[in-house]
Order: sequence, then C-alpha cells, then structure tokens
Amino acid sequence: MSQNTQSKALQREHWDAKRIGNLLLNNALLIIMILVAIYIALSEPVFLSPSSIINLLSQTAAYLPVALGIGGCIVLTGTDLSAGRCVGVTACVSASLLQAADAANKMWPGIDPLPIPVVILISVALGALIGAFNGFWVAKFKLHPFIVTLATQLILYTALLLYIQQGNNNGQAISGLASQYRDFVVGPLVKIPLGGGQTVSIPNYVWFAILLTALMWFIWNKTIFGKNMFALGSNEEAARVSGVNVFLTTVLVFALAGAMYGWAGFVEGVRIGSNTANTGFNYELDAIAACVIGGVSFVGGIGRIRGVVIGVLMLRLIFVGLPMIGMDQNLQYAIKGGIILFACALDMRKYLVRK
Amino acid sequence: MNQPPLLEMRGISKTFPGVKALDNVSLTVRPGTVHALMGENGAGKSTLMKCLFGIYNKDRGTIILDGREVNFKNSKDSLEHGVAMVHQELNQALTRSVQDNLWLGRYPKVGGIMVSERAMAQRTREIFQELSVNVDPGAIMSTLPVSKRQMVEIAKAVSYHAKIIVFDEPTSSLTETEVEHLFRIIAMLKDKGCGIIYISHKMEEILRISDDVTIMRDGTWVATRSAQELTMEEIIQLMVGRELTHRFPPKNNRPGPVILEVENLSGKYSRLEQVSFQLRQGEILGIAGLDGSGRTEVLENLFSSMTKGSGTIRLHGRTIQNNTPRQSIRNGFALLTEERRATGIFGIRDIRENTVISNLRGYLIGGICLSDKKMAQDTDWAIQSMHIKTPNQRVQIRSLSGGNQQKVILGRWLLTKPEVLLLDEPTRGVDVGAKYEIYQLIIDLAKAGKGVIMVSSEMPELLGVCDRILVMSGGRLAGEVDAQNTSQEEILTMAAKYV
Repeated sequence: MSQNTQSKALQREHWDAKRIGNLLLNNALLIIMILVAIYIALSEPVFLSPSSIINLLSQTAAYLPVALGIGGCIVLTGTDLSAGRCVGVTACVSASLLQAADAANKMWPGIDPLPIPVVILISVALGALIGAFNGFWVAKFKLHPFIVTLATQLILYTALLLYIQQGNNNGQAISGLASQYRDFVVGPLVKIPLGGGQTVSIPNYVWFAILLTALMWFIWNKTIFGKNMFALGSNEEAARVSGVNVFLTTVLVFALAGAMYGWAGFVEGVRIGSNTANTGFNYELDAIAACVIGGVSFVGGIGRIRGVVIGVLMLRLIFVGLPMIGMDQNLQYAIKGGIILFACALDMRKYLVRK
Repeated sequence: MNQPPLLEMRGISKTFPGVKALDNVSLTVRPGTVHALMGENGAGKSTLMKCLFGIYNKDRGTIILDGREVNFKNSKDSLEHGVAMVHQELNQALTRSVQDNLWLGRYPKVGGIMVSERAMAQRTREIFQELSVNVDPGAIMSTLPVSKRQMVEIAKAVSYHAKIIVFDEPTSSLTETEVEHLFRIIAMLKDKGCGIIYISHKMEEILRISDDVTIMRDGTWVATRSAQELTMEEIIQLMVGRELTHRFPPKNNRPGPVILEVENLSGKYSRLEQVSFQLRQGEILGIAGLDGSGRTEVLENLFSSMTKGSGTIRLHGRTIQNNTPRQSIRNGFALLTEERRATGIFGIRDIRENTVISNLRGYLIGGICLSDKKMAQDTDWAIQSMHIKTPNQRVQIRSLSGGNQQKVILGRWLLTKPEVLLLDEPTRGVDVGAKYEIYQLIIDLAKAGKGVIMVSSEMPELLGVCDRILVMSGGRLAGEVDAQNTSQEEILTMAAKYV
C-alpha cells in the first residue's frame, strides 16, 4: 500500500503546466462543444427550451445506432460503407410490412400489418445477415473492409431499387404506415407540460436509443466478445496466438453492426414516414465522422461508447444549433470537415512513435 | 541430482532451402535448474526454440516433456502444455490494459458470456503479489515502460503454470534493479521446480544464475557443461572457435585522408549519447556491439532517419547539416537499412524501379518526363557491376534471393554517387556464397575511394572486412580497435562495458 500512496504523491507532483496542457488537448473537442453550446444558449436562449433540447436529443437518438454499429468495425481497423444502404433496405422492408390496411397502393395488399415484434426481428435479422456477409469476406479472404463494404453498398442499392418495384408499389415512396407502428416508434411515452396546456413529447425511439447504448456499452466492456474485439483490433497476431477465434469475432463484429443498422432502419422507416431508395443514403459517413470525432481510432483497438455518443451529439449540435445563431446552413459541412481533421490530428498525436 | 529431466530435445535437425539451420542438436533441462543457451547470432538458438514451440516443424529429432513425447502445433498449444516463452520482442495488445493482456484468450467468465472483471483483477493481483511485480493491472499496456511490459509477459507465463519457461534476452531492456528483481523471480521459479531456458549474450549473468550451459555454433551442438566449471574465456572460446580462412576476400583498400568527422552525435528520441569518430577515404569502419547497444542508431542519426538530438558532422572539414534523409543524400550519404524487407526494398515493384528510385531527378527529360531509356541503362549498369543474378530488370524484386536484393539496393545507392556509405547489416539474410560477393563489393567500393561505415552483429565479418572497429555499448562508444590486431574476446569485453 505504501507504494500506492507513493505513486499518488508522484502524480500530484507532476500536476504541472504540461500535464494540464495535455489534459486540455485530449479533451479539446468536449471543451469546444461545451463552449459552443454556452455561446448558442447565451445568444439565443430558445436553444435551451425543452422543445429545442428534445429536438437535439431525438436527432441524436436517430443517428446513434448506426454510429454504435460502425464503431465496432473501426475498432477492428476497418470501416463500413454499406451502413446507409443497409438502413435503407431495412427501412423499406419494415415500412412495407407495416403499411396500414387502407394505404393507397399498398405494396403487399395480401398481408395485414405484421405484429411489431416480428417486424423488428425481421429488420434486425436482415441487417445482421448483411453485416455477417461483410464480415465473412473480411475474415475469410482478408479483404479490406473498405472494399468489401463498398461492394456490398452497391449490391444493396440494386436490391433496394428492385424491392421498391415489387407488389403494387411501382417504385414509389412507401408510406401510409400503420398507426401502431407510428405509436410504437415516435409515440410519446413521456410528455412534458410547457404550461398553458401545451406539451412537448419525447419520442419513444429516444428511450430505445438509450437502451441500445447501454447494451452496446455492456457488450464492448463486459463481455468476452467485446474484449476479444478490442484485442483483435489492437494486435491481431497476439490475439491469434492467445487462442482468440479471429474469424468468428470478425464476423460477429460486422453482424452486430448490421443488427444496429437493422434497428435504425426500423426506426427510420416511420420516423421519415416516406421511404424511397434514398432512405439512409450517406448515413455511414456521418456515423464514421461521429466515431472518429469521439476518439474511436482508425489505429485500431481504441474507442469508447461515450466517445461515439459525444461524436453524434456534436454533429447534431452543429446541424441544429448553428442555424439558430443565424449561421449560413451551407457552412455546416465545412465546419464538420474541419472538426474531423482537428479531431483526428489530436488523436494521432497520442500514437506517434518518435524515432 | 539424478532426477529425470523435465525436458529433453534429442537430435533436432532443421534444414531451410540452402541452409542447414540445425544439425543434430540436443538439449536437456533438469527440473529446478536454469539452463543457459549460448551462441553467436545465427548459431541456431532461436531456431531450436522455434522447433520446440512448433513455430517451425523439425525435420528430425524428438522432444520429450515430463517423460512423454510432444509435438506442439503452435505457441498456444505449447503454452497449454506448460511450455512458455518470454519473447525479446513483446507481442502484446498495446491499447489494452495489463489484465486484459494477461488473460486474453481465456478470460474468467460469469454467466457464460460476461468477463468477470473482479475475478480477473483478483487473479492478476495474486500473481503480481506472488512475483512482487508492481504494475497496476488496469494500466494501458502502451503507457508502461518495456521493462514493466516484460514483467507482465513473465507473469503471463507463470499464470499458465508453465513448467518450462524460455527467457530470450530478458535483460536487454532492464535496469540493474529490474535485473535483480528478474533474478529473484527466476530463483523462485527454480524453487517451484520449473526448468528455465535462458538465452543471453551477457556472460556475467549466465555464470551467475545458470546451473548448466549449452553452447551452439553454426547450427550444431558444441558443448554442455556445468556453469561452475566454466569461465568467461572458455565460453567465448567455445562460441567463437572457428578458423577465419577463405571466408573473406583479400583486403586491398588503402585508407586515405579523413573525410568525415562526427562530434558528440546524440539521438533525440533514440538511445545514443555523445558519439564521436572519424572516417577516412577508402576506409571500412566497422561498428560492433550487442543488440540494442546503439549500432543502428549511429547510422540512422547520422543519416537523420532518426531525429538527431545534437552533434556536429563535418565532411571534408566543412560542417554540413544532415537534418532529413533527403538532405543527407544530397550531401553524399547513402544508408542501406537493417530491415531489408520493411525499409529497403519495394517488394512488388520491379528491379528497375527499385534501382532508380533514389536518383529519379537524373532521368528527367525537359524537367518533367522520366526517360525509360536512361533508367534502363543505369539499371543494366547496376545489374552488371553488382553481379545481380536476374532474368531481366522487369521482375519483381521480391522474387530475387536476399543477396541479390541487397545488391540491387547497393546499386541504387551507388547511382546517387555517395561519398559515405552507411551499411546496416549488409549480409543479414544472405546465404554464405553471396556474402562473399557482398564483402568483395564493399572492399571494391572502399578501394574506389568511398568511405564505408558498416554495422554488423556478426563479429567475424567485422574482423574480416573492416580496417577499424568501433564498439558500442549501452548507447555509448565503448572503444575503438584496429581490426588487424584485436580479437573477438577483446570486442566482447568492450561491448559489455556499459551494459
């Protein structure tokens, strides 16, 4: 124990300018985000109104599952470009199975809306299957995930284009969704009274997103699978000689990511309400950006759920908050780009080996 | 002391294409003893260990562990049978915590899928306590110094309840106190009845902690003796003991006036302190030392592929700035790197591209277009003057033998018309016949007036080719010897000066 106190005393001694500087640099993004939020709140108090905050939360919740899924792929030094299209496919499938019986041009007029849990299962399983397909090519043939998922993305787009031609749909947007679907996903379980008889409600998918975040945190931090995933991303050879099943772990990481896209598709189906071949398009780019901003490193083996959540929140903050203070909407992309560069440069600082 | 042996390796042989790496080597480890395995680099120590762990398949011979014949499939397999190795190069998941690394592949479970952090921390603490290792089980591996990471590796071997533990140069990155700690752990393992195989170059250590010593040379067994009967001189004699005739071409270069003066060269991030020396025109200057003694650092700091801390470099009496490799090349330096495959060749590119890559400016027509004809001519020149054996200059360089690859790289550098050639292990991974040709090329270059600095871990090679030899030890210059009037014994003693 005496050694312990000694090392603590040592730590206290080293609490100098350099250490503080490093601390500031390592948390620079969080600090900037808080400063930006404070600035927006001061110049536009409506930013802190319940409806504005709930809007920010809902947007974050909608984009979070995809980022949580992709995070695992990045931990393996990979990526997943097929995420957006996978969301699109599962959104259209979910929506087509849950069109109201009286919807115009109902895609499958022969089937009544299926029970919600069955559709969730179908959507998540379909996503997981697509993910497992990605993982198989990566693990079996040692292809870079960039290439595999680029290919999958294209294949999925064709599948999506063909699917919306089926039944009575004729390539139109899939809409006219059953009310129980809407109630389940965007319906308010909790309403916050604003006074004057008005209320603002928190859509259910926010709660679901919180549950999923907890689940992913558990998987990443508490399970054997999670530990193996990080070990694999950190040093594949060390994992292999320690007896980790590299093939299975890789496939499972991608399948888990796919399952998350499946859930996101199920939510997007009704959140957007009108599903076309463009649903989910480019979601993966925002998700990758969020992960990278949140410190999930392309170096591999590094990342935290907390970081992913902060990353998504930050991107949404730019999207929601900046227009409030009258900033040109067109600037948001440049700002996003700048943040990605800044975040990654900060991140790499930690891993540079100086010779 | 007539217990049955714990591990017996009998008549192990292993042949690689063109090389007999092991010839009928035997090794017997008794329980509760330390068995030192000694020999020069390339004597076959690590090949023997790789055969034990199943990383290589032995051609002949038997391995008997605890009275039963074993043939391990891989290192995981051997680990589960109680044979563990603490590697010199640590293979760890650096971004993960100490305890995650310790239990990787066999995490304690709760509820079927969850990792029991508590059990893991508990067992880690127990093992660390048992070994009095002072490492925080939750610390991220990459934040620990190499010595602590090595302690974790040792703890991992112990946690598998290993009966045989192989230590490969365990002390090369440890401080004196850490070495003492390691020796206490080894003594403890001995008391528990473990057999230790200890690979090291450090004579004092060997004589201090080992019970038996086996010496290998050129892939053969030379002697196994009790450590008490041996002296340092005898060990060196047994390790070296060979004639140096006809392994080297006749030396006919004549060192001229001093061209290069290096003063107080130190590395910024690398371990190199205040090294000063001079190099003459037409001279071959060798650099000897143990692994990690700073041999490579001298060359790479001089060339600035490592960041220089301080130091003055004068070429022909004029101070020059070698601040980047580009600048060094322009100043007339050339560096043949140690790790040919990693930093020397562009494996999938052809011989021509590998030859001309450092000299592309010389082939420009009108300032923008590369002349295929000029490049082909120079490549032909390199192939002829370096005696490169290849069907033509458009084959991938990785399809050539190690010796021919090395000649291509030499040719590449000669096209930049260097004055000072820095050669780091020029004959590593080159077979015996081609070594002679490379020695000949080096001597010819010196004869043509180039200054050559050559690092090698093979001492006979330094003695056979060089004029003078600098001996490095612990990042410092330990001494300088005249290659004609020295012995391996003298160099080895110097090399141990600052260890």
